[in-house]
Amino acid sequence: MARIIVVTSGKGGVGKTTTSAAFSMGLARRGYRTAVIDFDVGLRNLDLVMGCERRVVYDFVNVINGEANLNQALIRDKRSDNLYVLPASQTRDKEALTREGVGRVLEELAQTFDYVVCDSPAGIERGATMAMYYADDALVVTNPEVSSVRDSDRMLGILASKSRRAENNEEPIREFLLLTRYSPERVHKGEMLSVKDVQDILSLDLLGVIPESPAVLNASNSGVPVILDDHSDAGQAYQDMVGRYLGEELPHRFVDLPRKGFFSRLFGG
Amino acid sequence: MGLLDYFRASRSKKGSAVVARERLQILVAHDRAERDRPSYLPKLQEELIAVISKYVKIDRSKVSVNLERGDRQDILELNIVLSEDTVPSR
Ligand SMILES: Nc1ncnc2c1ncn2[C@@H]1O[C@H](COP(=O)(O)OP(=O)(O)OP(=O)(O)O)[C@@H](O)[C@H]1O
Ligand SMILES: [Mg+2]
Repeated sequence: MARIIVVTSGKGGVGKTTTSAAFSMGLARRGYRTAVIDFDVGLRNLDLVMGCERRVVYDFVNVINGEANLNQALIRDKRSDNLYVLPASQTRDKEALTREGVGRVLEELAQTFDYVVCDSPAGIERGATMAMYYADDALVVTNPEVSSVRDSDRMLGILASKSRRAENNEEPIREFLLLTRYSPERVHKGEMLSVKDVQDILSLDLLGVIPESPAVLNASNSGVPVILDDHSDAGQAYQDMVGRYLGEELPHRFVDLPRKGFFSRLFGG
Repeated sequence: MGLLDYFRASRSKKGSAVVARERLQILVAHDRAERDRPSYLPKLQEELIAVISKYVKIDRSKVSVNLERGDRQDILELNIVLSEDTVPSR
Protein backbone atom coordinates (compact mmCIF):
# COMPACT_ATOMS: atom_id res chain seq x y z
CA MET A 1 0.00 0.00 0.00
CA ALA A 2 1.30 3.38 -0.98
CA ARG A 3 1.36 6.37 1.31
CA ILE A 4 -0.47 9.31 -0.20
CA ILE A 5 1.09 12.71 0.41
CA VAL A 6 -0.55 15.98 -0.51
CA VAL A 7 1.57 19.07 -1.13
CA THR A 8 -0.74 21.92 -0.24
CA SER A 9 -0.78 25.56 0.89
CA GLY A 10 -3.95 27.50 0.28
CA LYS A 11 -2.02 30.47 -1.08
CA GLY A 12 -0.77 30.37 -4.66
CA GLY A 13 2.78 30.57 -5.89
CA VAL A 14 4.47 29.53 -2.66
CA GLY A 15 6.38 26.56 -4.12
CA LYS A 16 4.04 23.56 -4.14
CA THR A 17 4.93 22.39 -7.63
CA THR A 18 8.63 23.00 -7.06
CA THR A 19 8.32 20.94 -3.88
CA SER A 20 6.25 18.15 -5.45
CA ALA A 21 8.86 17.72 -8.18
CA ALA A 22 11.79 17.78 -5.75
CA PHE A 23 10.17 15.59 -3.13
CA SER A 24 8.99 12.89 -5.54
CA MET A 25 12.37 12.83 -7.27
CA GLY A 26 14.07 12.57 -3.87
CA LEU A 27 11.94 9.60 -2.84
CA ALA A 28 12.54 7.91 -6.20
CA ARG A 29 16.30 8.45 -5.97
CA ARG A 30 16.25 6.64 -2.64
CA GLY A 31 14.72 3.65 -4.31
CA TYR A 32 11.02 4.10 -3.64
CA ARG A 33 8.56 3.67 -6.47
CA THR A 34 6.91 7.06 -6.60
CA ALA A 35 4.12 8.61 -8.63
CA VAL A 36 3.49 12.34 -8.69
CA ILE A 37 0.09 13.67 -9.79
CA ASP A 38 -0.71 17.18 -10.99
CA PHE A 39 -4.12 18.18 -9.58
CA ASP A 40 -3.98 21.64 -11.13
CA VAL A 41 -6.62 20.95 -13.74
CA GLY A 42 -6.68 23.63 -16.43
CA LEU A 43 -3.19 24.93 -15.78
CA ARG A 44 -0.76 22.02 -15.80
CA ASN A 45 2.67 23.02 -14.54
CA LEU A 46 4.20 19.95 -13.01
CA ASP A 47 5.16 18.39 -16.35
CA LEU A 48 7.12 21.56 -17.17
CA VAL A 49 8.99 21.55 -13.88
CA MET A 50 9.70 17.84 -14.38
CA GLY A 51 10.74 18.42 -17.99
CA CYS A 52 8.37 15.88 -19.52
CA GLU A 53 5.87 18.21 -21.18
CA ARG A 54 6.56 16.91 -24.66
CA ARG A 55 5.78 13.36 -23.70
CA VAL A 56 2.26 14.02 -22.42
CA VAL A 57 -0.28 11.97 -24.34
CA TYR A 58 -3.04 11.21 -21.89
CA ASP A 59 -3.76 12.93 -18.60
CA PHE A 60 -5.36 12.44 -15.18
CA VAL A 61 -8.88 13.29 -16.41
CA ASN A 62 -8.57 10.86 -19.34
CA VAL A 63 -7.86 8.12 -16.82
CA ILE A 64 -10.75 9.14 -14.59
CA ASN A 65 -13.10 9.15 -17.57
CA GLY A 66 -11.85 5.77 -18.77
CA GLU A 67 -10.46 7.23 -22.01
CA ALA A 68 -7.03 5.83 -21.20
CA ASN A 69 -5.66 3.43 -18.66
CA LEU A 70 -3.09 4.38 -16.06
CA ASN A 71 -0.18 2.74 -17.86
CA GLN A 72 -0.89 4.79 -20.96
CA ALA A 73 -1.05 8.04 -19.02
CA LEU A 74 1.86 7.65 -16.60
CA ILE A 75 5.08 9.18 -17.90
CA ARG A 76 8.24 7.50 -16.73
CA ASP A 77 10.93 9.93 -15.72
CA LYS A 78 14.07 9.77 -17.87
CA ARG A 79 16.38 10.22 -14.87
CA SER A 80 14.87 7.77 -12.45
CA ASP A 81 13.20 4.46 -13.23
CA ASN A 82 11.26 4.71 -9.99
CA LEU A 83 9.47 7.94 -10.83
CA TYR A 84 6.27 8.41 -12.82
CA VAL A 85 4.33 11.58 -13.58
CA LEU A 86 0.58 11.78 -14.07
CA PRO A 87 -0.02 15.12 -15.79
CA ALA A 88 -3.03 17.38 -15.26
CA SER A 89 -5.63 17.85 -17.89
CA GLN A 90 -5.96 21.19 -19.63
CA THR A 91 -9.72 20.95 -19.71
CA ARG A 92 -11.56 23.96 -18.39
CA ASP A 93 -14.15 21.70 -16.83
CA LYS A 94 -13.58 22.08 -13.09
CA GLU A 95 -15.98 19.24 -12.38
CA ALA A 96 -13.72 16.79 -14.17
CA LEU A 97 -12.17 15.60 -10.92
CA THR A 98 -14.76 13.56 -9.09
CA ARG A 99 -14.16 12.20 -5.63
CA GLU A 100 -15.04 8.73 -6.80
CA GLY A 101 -12.80 8.97 -9.89
CA VAL A 102 -9.83 10.33 -7.96
CA GLY A 103 -10.30 7.59 -5.39
CA ARG A 104 -10.26 4.91 -8.06
CA VAL A 105 -7.01 6.21 -9.62
CA LEU A 106 -5.29 6.53 -6.24
CA GLU A 107 -6.35 3.05 -5.27
CA GLU A 108 -4.90 1.61 -8.44
CA LEU A 109 -1.65 3.53 -7.97
CA ALA A 110 -1.46 2.43 -4.35
CA GLN A 111 -1.15 -1.19 -5.43
CA THR A 112 2.15 -0.76 -7.25
CA PHE A 113 3.73 2.36 -5.78
CA ASP A 114 5.33 3.13 -2.42
CA TYR A 115 4.47 6.82 -2.46
CA VAL A 116 1.93 8.91 -4.35
CA VAL A 117 2.58 12.64 -4.21
CA CYS A 118 -0.35 14.94 -5.00
CA ASP A 119 0.56 18.44 -6.22
CA SER A 120 -2.38 20.57 -5.12
CA PRO A 121 -3.53 23.69 -6.93
CA ALA A 122 -3.83 26.93 -4.96
CA GLY A 123 -7.06 27.89 -3.22
CA ILE A 124 -9.50 25.86 -1.19
CA GLU A 125 -11.83 24.83 -3.98
CA ARG A 126 -12.44 21.61 -5.80
CA GLY A 127 -8.94 20.83 -7.11
CA ALA A 128 -7.35 21.53 -3.75
CA THR A 129 -9.94 19.62 -1.74
CA MET A 130 -9.67 16.66 -4.13
CA ALA A 131 -5.89 16.64 -3.78
CA MET A 132 -6.09 16.47 0.03
CA TYR A 133 -9.14 14.26 0.50
CA TYR A 134 -7.40 10.87 0.37
CA ALA A 135 -4.10 11.99 1.90
CA ASP A 136 -2.24 10.17 4.65
CA ASP A 137 0.33 12.94 5.04
CA ALA A 138 0.32 16.63 4.18
CA LEU A 139 3.26 18.87 3.38
CA VAL A 140 2.04 22.36 4.14
CA VAL A 141 4.18 24.66 2.01
CA THR A 142 4.41 28.09 3.56
CA ASN A 143 6.31 31.29 2.81
CA PRO A 144 7.38 33.53 5.70
CA GLU A 145 4.66 36.02 4.91
CA VAL A 146 1.40 37.01 6.64
CA SER A 147 -1.03 35.86 3.95
CA SER A 148 0.74 32.57 3.33
CA VAL A 149 0.87 31.63 7.03
CA ARG A 150 -2.77 32.52 7.45
CA ASP A 151 -3.79 30.43 4.44
CA SER A 152 -1.73 27.51 5.70
CA ASP A 153 -3.59 27.67 8.98
CA ARG A 154 -6.89 27.61 7.12
CA MET A 155 -5.70 24.64 5.13
CA LEU A 156 -4.89 22.87 8.40
CA GLY A 157 -8.50 23.41 9.43
CA ILE A 158 -9.66 21.82 6.18
CA LEU A 159 -7.27 18.88 6.52
CA ALA A 160 -8.61 18.27 10.02
CA SER A 161 -12.27 18.34 9.05
CA LYS A 162 -12.83 17.61 5.35
CA SER A 163 -10.48 14.73 4.58
CA ARG A 164 -11.43 11.10 4.27
CA ARG A 165 -9.56 10.34 7.47
CA ALA A 166 -11.52 13.04 9.31
CA GLU A 167 -14.85 11.94 7.88
CA ASN A 168 -14.25 8.31 8.82
CA ASN A 169 -12.91 9.20 12.27
CA GLU A 170 -9.59 7.59 11.44
CA GLU A 171 -6.19 8.66 12.65
CA PRO A 172 -5.75 12.23 11.38
CA ILE A 173 -3.51 13.22 8.47
CA ARG A 174 0.11 13.72 9.56
CA GLU A 175 0.91 17.35 8.89
CA PHE A 176 4.37 18.78 8.24
CA LEU A 177 5.54 22.34 7.74
CA LEU A 178 7.83 23.16 4.85
CA LEU A 179 8.96 26.75 4.96
CA THR A 180 10.12 27.89 1.53
CA ARG A 181 11.65 31.01 -0.02
CA TYR A 182 13.35 31.73 3.29
CA SER A 183 15.95 34.44 3.48
CA PRO A 184 18.15 34.37 6.61
CA GLU A 185 19.51 37.82 5.71
CA ARG A 186 16.07 39.38 5.71
CA VAL A 187 15.11 37.60 8.90
CA HIS A 188 18.28 38.91 10.50
CA LYS A 189 17.35 42.43 9.47
CA GLY A 190 13.93 42.00 11.03
CA GLU A 191 12.19 42.20 7.65
CA MET A 192 10.92 38.66 7.47
CA LEU A 193 9.13 36.25 9.81
CA SER A 194 11.57 33.74 11.26
CA VAL A 195 11.26 29.96 11.31
CA LYS A 196 10.35 30.22 14.97
CA ASP A 197 7.67 32.87 14.35
CA VAL A 198 5.96 30.67 11.79
CA GLN A 199 6.33 27.53 13.87
CA ASP A 200 4.94 29.25 16.97
CA ILE A 201 1.82 30.16 15.07
CA LEU A 202 1.23 26.95 13.14
CA SER A 203 2.72 24.52 15.69
CA LEU A 204 3.62 21.87 13.13
CA ASP A 205 6.56 19.52 12.77
CA LEU A 206 9.15 21.32 10.70
CA LEU A 207 10.16 19.12 7.80
CA GLY A 208 12.49 21.62 6.20
CA VAL A 209 13.42 25.18 5.39
CA ILE A 210 14.12 25.85 1.72
CA PRO A 211 16.07 29.05 1.13
CA GLU A 212 15.13 31.61 -1.51
CA SER A 213 17.48 30.56 -4.26
CA PRO A 214 18.24 31.35 -7.89
CA ALA A 215 18.78 27.60 -8.35
CA VAL A 216 15.00 27.09 -8.31
CA LEU A 217 14.38 29.22 -11.39
CA ASN A 218 17.39 27.71 -13.12
CA ALA A 219 16.01 24.27 -12.45
CA SER A 220 12.52 25.03 -13.67
CA ASN A 221 13.91 26.78 -16.75
CA SER A 222 15.58 23.57 -17.75
CA GLY A 223 12.92 21.15 -16.55
CA VAL A 224 15.10 19.51 -13.92
CA PRO A 225 13.79 19.16 -10.34
CA VAL A 226 16.04 21.35 -8.19
CA ILE A 227 16.85 18.44 -5.87
CA LEU A 228 19.09 17.09 -8.65
CA ASP A 229 21.23 20.22 -8.39
CA ASP A 230 23.46 18.76 -5.71
CA HIS A 231 25.56 21.87 -5.40
CA SER A 232 22.74 24.30 -4.78
CA ASP A 233 21.46 25.35 -1.37
CA ALA A 234 17.84 24.69 -2.36
CA GLY A 235 18.74 21.27 -3.78
CA GLN A 236 20.52 20.28 -0.60
CA ALA A 237 17.70 21.63 1.56
CA TYR A 238 15.24 19.47 -0.39
CA GLN A 239 17.52 16.43 0.00
CA ASP A 240 17.53 16.96 3.77
CA MET A 241 13.79 17.35 3.81
CA VAL A 242 13.33 14.01 2.04
CA GLY A 243 15.67 12.41 4.58
CA ARG A 244 13.68 13.84 7.47
CA TYR A 245 10.45 12.63 5.94
CA LEU A 246 11.97 9.15 5.86
CA GLY A 247 12.83 9.41 9.53
CA GLU A 248 16.40 10.70 9.56
CA GLU A 249 17.36 13.30 12.11
CA LEU A 250 19.19 16.07 10.33
CA PRO A 251 20.07 19.57 11.49
CA HIS A 252 18.43 22.42 9.59
CA ARG A 253 20.94 24.04 7.29
CA PHE A 254 20.41 27.37 5.49
CA VAL A 255 18.45 28.78 8.41
CA ASP A 256 21.11 30.99 9.93
CA LEU A 257 23.27 33.61 8.33
CA PRO A 258 26.52 32.18 7.07
CA ARG A 259 29.28 33.02 9.50
CA LYS A 260 31.55 35.71 8.29
CA GLY A 261 34.98 36.78 9.39
CA PHE A 262 35.38 39.70 11.75
CA PHE A 263 36.38 42.16 9.04
CA SER A 264 33.62 41.38 6.62
CA ARG A 265 31.18 41.73 9.51
CA LEU A 266 32.61 45.07 10.38
CA PHE A 267 32.65 46.52 6.91
CA GLY A 268 29.77 44.66 5.30
CA GLY A 269 29.90 42.60 2.17
CA MET B 1 25.89 43.48 7.85
CA GLY B 2 28.31 46.38 8.16
CA LEU B 3 28.84 48.62 11.15
CA LEU B 4 26.64 51.34 9.68
CA ASP B 5 23.79 48.94 9.02
CA TYR B 6 24.11 47.71 12.54
CA PHE B 7 23.54 51.15 14.02
CA ARG B 8 20.74 51.83 11.59
CA ALA B 9 19.00 48.59 12.53
CA SER B 10 19.33 49.15 16.26
CA ARG B 11 17.90 52.63 15.96
CA SER B 12 14.65 51.60 14.32
CA LYS B 13 12.71 50.07 17.19
CA LYS B 14 10.58 47.51 15.38
CA GLY B 15 11.28 45.62 12.18
CA SER B 16 8.27 44.87 10.03
CA ALA B 17 8.60 41.18 10.96
CA VAL B 18 7.49 42.03 14.49
CA VAL B 19 4.41 43.73 13.12
CA ALA B 20 3.76 40.75 10.86
CA ARG B 21 3.98 38.38 13.81
CA GLU B 22 1.59 40.41 15.93
CA ARG B 23 -0.93 40.72 13.12
CA LEU B 24 -0.75 37.02 12.41
CA GLN B 25 -1.31 36.03 16.01
CA ILE B 26 -4.53 38.02 16.11
CA LEU B 27 -5.63 36.95 12.65
CA VAL B 28 -5.07 33.26 13.21
CA ALA B 29 -6.71 33.27 16.64
CA HIS B 30 -9.73 34.93 15.07
CA ASP B 31 -9.84 32.48 12.15
CA ARG B 32 -9.63 29.53 14.51
CA ALA B 33 -12.40 30.80 16.77
CA GLU B 34 -14.56 31.32 13.71
CA ARG B 35 -13.78 27.84 12.47
CA ASP B 36 -14.70 26.23 15.78
CA ARG B 37 -17.98 28.10 16.07
CA PRO B 38 -20.90 25.73 15.98
CA SER B 39 -22.94 26.31 12.84
CA TYR B 40 -26.12 27.13 14.77
CA LEU B 41 -24.71 30.33 16.27
CA PRO B 42 -25.72 32.75 13.47
CA LYS B 43 -29.28 31.40 13.49
CA LEU B 44 -29.44 31.55 17.25
CA GLN B 45 -28.31 35.15 17.06
CA GLU B 46 -31.01 36.03 14.53
CA GLU B 47 -33.73 34.47 16.64
CA LEU B 48 -32.54 36.11 19.82
CA ILE B 49 -32.56 39.49 18.13
CA ALA B 50 -36.11 38.86 16.92
CA VAL B 51 -37.35 37.93 20.39
CA ILE B 52 -35.63 40.73 22.25
CA SER B 53 -36.72 43.31 19.67
CA LYS B 54 -40.31 42.59 20.64
CA TYR B 55 -39.68 44.14 24.02
CA VAL B 56 -36.85 46.63 23.67
CA LYS B 57 -35.18 48.48 20.85
CA ILE B 58 -31.74 47.11 20.18
CA ASP B 59 -28.97 47.89 17.77
CA ARG B 60 -28.35 44.75 15.70
CA SER B 61 -24.68 45.50 15.32
CA LYS B 62 -24.31 45.54 19.09
CA VAL B 63 -25.44 42.00 19.63
CA SER B 64 -22.87 39.26 19.88
CA VAL B 65 -23.28 35.58 20.56
CA ASN B 66 -20.16 33.62 21.29
CA LEU B 67 -19.29 30.18 22.41
CA GLU B 68 -16.10 29.97 24.40
CA ARG B 69 -14.71 26.51 24.75
CA GLY B 70 -12.97 25.66 27.99
CA ASP B 71 -11.41 22.52 29.35
CA ARG B 72 -14.20 21.71 31.77
CA GLN B 73 -17.08 23.76 30.46
CA ASP B 74 -18.19 25.79 27.47
CA ILE B 75 -19.61 29.25 28.00
CA LEU B 76 -22.30 30.64 25.77
CA GLU B 77 -21.82 34.36 26.01
CA LEU B 78 -24.58 36.72 25.00
CA ASN B 79 -23.81 40.40 24.77
CA ILE B 80 -26.52 42.92 23.99
CA VAL B 81 -26.17 46.66 24.16
CA LEU B 82 -29.50 48.45 24.37
CA SER B 83 -30.03 51.45 22.12
CA GLU B 84 -29.63 54.73 23.93
CA ASP B 85 -33.26 55.77 23.58
CA THR B 86 -34.49 52.59 25.26
CA VAL B 87 -32.50 53.16 28.40
CA PRO B 88 -34.92 54.71 30.88
CA SER B 89 -33.68 58.04 32.22
CA ARG B 90 -33.29 58.19 35.95
N1 LIG C 1 13.01 28.39 -2.86
C1 LIG C 1 12.72 29.19 -3.90
N2 LIG C 1 13.58 30.16 -4.27
C2 LIG C 1 13.30 30.97 -5.32
N3 LIG C 1 12.20 30.88 -6.08
C3 LIG C 1 11.29 29.93 -5.76
C4 LIG C 1 11.50 29.05 -4.66
N4 LIG C 1 10.43 28.20 -4.59
C5 LIG C 1 9.61 28.55 -5.60
N5 LIG C 1 10.11 29.59 -6.31
C6 LIG C 1 9.51 30.24 -7.48
O1 LIG C 1 8.20 30.65 -7.15
C7 LIG C 1 7.33 30.49 -8.24
C8 LIG C 1 6.16 29.64 -7.83
O2 LIG C 1 6.61 28.32 -7.54
P1 LIG C 1 5.68 27.06 -7.75
O3 LIG C 1 5.13 27.03 -9.13
O4 LIG C 1 6.40 25.88 -7.26
O5 LIG C 1 4.50 27.45 -6.74
P2 LIG C 1 3.08 26.80 -6.59
O6 LIG C 1 2.75 26.88 -5.15
O7 LIG C 1 3.04 25.46 -7.23
O8 LIG C 1 2.19 27.80 -7.43
P3 LIG C 1 0.62 27.59 -7.81
O9 LIG C 1 -0.14 27.93 -6.57
O10 LIG C 1 0.41 28.57 -8.91
O11 LIG C 1 0.46 26.17 -8.24
C9 LIG C 1 8.14 29.87 -9.36
O12 LIG C 1 8.54 30.90 -10.24
C10 LIG C 1 9.33 29.28 -8.65
O13 LIG C 1 10.46 29.28 -9.49
MG1 LIG D 1 1.66 24.64 -8.69
